[in-house]
Amino acid sequence: MTEKQTTLQPISRGSPEKYTERMALEEGAIKSSSRRSFLSGAATAAAAATVASTTGAIAAPLDVQPSSKSMGRTTVPNGYGLPSKFEADVTRNRSDIFVNKQNFSDWSMTPIQHQQGIITPNGLIFERHHAGIPDIDPDAHELVIHGMVKQAMKYSMSDLMRYPSVSKFHFMECSGNGLTDWLSVKSDTVQQTHGLLSCTQWTGVPVSWLLDEVGLDSGAKWLLFEGADGSAHARSIPLDKAMDDALLVFASGGEMLRPENGYPLRAFMPGWEGNTSVKWLRRIKVSDQPWHLRSETARYTDPMPDGKWRQFSMEMECKSVITNPSGGMQMQGPGMYEIQGFAWSGLGKINSVDITLDGGKTWRTADLEDPVMDRCLTRFRYRWNWDGSPAKIASRAVDSTGYVQPTVAELADKRAIVGFVQHHNGIFPWAVSESGEVTNAIA
Amino acid sequence: MQLHKIALAGGLAVAVSIGGAFASSSKPAVSFGTPISEADVAAWDIDIQTPTGKGLPEGSGTAAQGKELYDVQCIACHGEDAGGGAQYGSMVGGVGSFVTEKRKLTPGSMYPYAPILFDYIKRAMPMTAPQSLSNDEVYALTAYIYALNDLIAEDTVLDAASLAAIEMPNKDGFIVDDRPDAAATRCLENCE
Ligand code: HEC
Repeated sequence: MTEKQTTLQPISRGSPEKYTERMALEEGAIKSSSRRSFLSGAATAAAAATVASTTGAIAAPLDVQPSSKSMGRTTVPNGYGLPSKFEADVTRNRSDIFVNKQNFSDWSMTPIQHQQGIITPNGLIFERHHAGIPDIDPDAHELVIHGMVKQAMKYSMSDLMRYPSVSKFHFMECSGNGLTDWLSVKSDTVQQTHGLLSCTQWTGVPVSWLLDEVGLDSGAKWLLFEGADGSAHARSIPLDKAMDDALLVFASGGEMLRPENGYPLRAFMPGWEGNTSVKWLRRIKVSDQPWHLRSETARYTDPMPDGKWRQFSMEMECKSVITNPSGGMQMQGPGMYEIQGFAWSGLGKINSVDITLDGGKTWRTADLEDPVMDRCLTRFRYRWNWDGSPAKIASRAVDSTGYVQPTVAELADKRAIVGFVQHHNGIFPWAVSESGEVTNAIA
Repeated sequence: MQLHKIALAGGLAVAVSIGGAFASSSKPAVSFGTPISEADVAAWDIDIQTPTGKGLPEGSGTAAQGKELYDVQCIACHGEDAGGGAQYGSMVGGVGSFVTEKRKLTPGSMYPYAPILFDYIKRAMPMTAPQSLSNDEVYALTAYIYALNDLIAEDTVLDAASLAAIEMPNKDGFIVDDRPDAAATRCLENCE
């Protein structure tokens, strides 16, 4: 495990007491002997307390923080704001359980255990590329639409940005999310097991508008979307999807795309496996049939029984995971914890999320936090009074089609779980030990 | 950035021309594309419709020519005789392995249509200089890798017709998405 151990958010992350002390220690303002005054102060305060804390702790007399007694940093005149230096461990990390032999066709994963709310910050959106990340000048970038059309057209970025635009909230998930942890425990953290998942507001132009503009020939049924990167990554997309809700996206989360997420232009296929949302998009070709490229035969296909493979499994089926507490975290003793997590479905909205605390014998309903949107991450919350005994916790989501998130056993009953297996939407349990250690319990 | 200013000016122009009364999700009655001829798209038009071979260009090559190119441009990452190297595993063998616990995916065992290899080498390889090979070179490298996989004879001349005619072992290996497959129920009490 490369990431340092994370403690549970409600208890120690961002707690003012810990923050002050840690910050003060870094600034060198508090000597470690200040622990002594904590103890003596507690005794005095105890007598005066009228409302007891759940934890039974009594606060020490306050010192004025160093930040209150000094000038802060100056405003950078022309700067881009960055996270606090105390958040330096919250990073998107290269795949480290499945380690590629090179890092040009590689991926990095979102730290969803640290994500608050449903929006992934732009610098943490997971990314997968097949020949490195190109830095493309938007003034030189062009999109061509051709093939079975009345008139092939070329668009510059400024042409595309002259159109009215639309903004939509959607999750994006890689079909390979979870591929390391089907039948045995390989990963420690939820970043490693589920971090090929992100969610933001995507802004761009509907593909259908431009298809109307070029005019489709009769018999047009499939479209090739192709990137301008060194892999010329490409996928065949059925015309129905393109006419329905596919977007040509240039912005996410309020700003232009990041290079690793397709700057200056990418496709976005709501609810579909991430690699169909072709990045650095340069070309759309219209045809009457799919191409069956390496990326849709030898890759991104699902092993099935009898040596078969399932192809064009585009939709990301309903799924959920508990992010807090999750693998690598440490409970701070018995008491109330808010179980938090994400649920999502590539086929609709989330209808409900159930939580088990006993390894799947009984389930109770979690609260879904608004907004609950179509093909978007939904936050669920459940207050748990942990009595300190070992527990096995997991979430199970149901989407608006009525589909119930299955167990790995139910998936393995239909598919062949062998090798590099895509589309893992199985229920994912975490074990909580008596000492409060939280670990991966998939097997 | 300049683009934002242009986009804003365009938005105003549209609103004015339609008189302000339009649904903001409907297609605007404008066209900002520039017409281009298919001939002028040629340099980008690299895709092959792999089941039919439509799009395969003129040109040809043999395994012997392919080996010469391979040993200079590919061997560092893919190893001798495509047996696996510093950056990628073996590209040879694997036919029959899909019914075992260890499926071995190679162009020979996995690709259902032979032109997939041409399409992929042409668009993405060598990784250090993609789209740098001539069509003759791509045919030659394709012949070399398929010869190593015993799918063609050593002396076969691969061109558009002979490449599309190769019968691939995995041609019937695929089923199209038939999900939902797993049928879970929402049990709440006394579950397994
Ligand atoms: C710098 C290293 C490098 C060089 C040089 C290189 N390759 Fe590759 N090749 C890779 C990597 C990495 C992949 C896997 C890419 C992926 O899956 O996204 C790959 C994949 C392939 C594949 C797909 C194999 C399969 O099983 O589907 C073929 C075919 C291939 N390369 C052929 C070639 C040929 C031919 C050359 C020489 C002209 C070449 N490569 C040069 C690194 C390289």
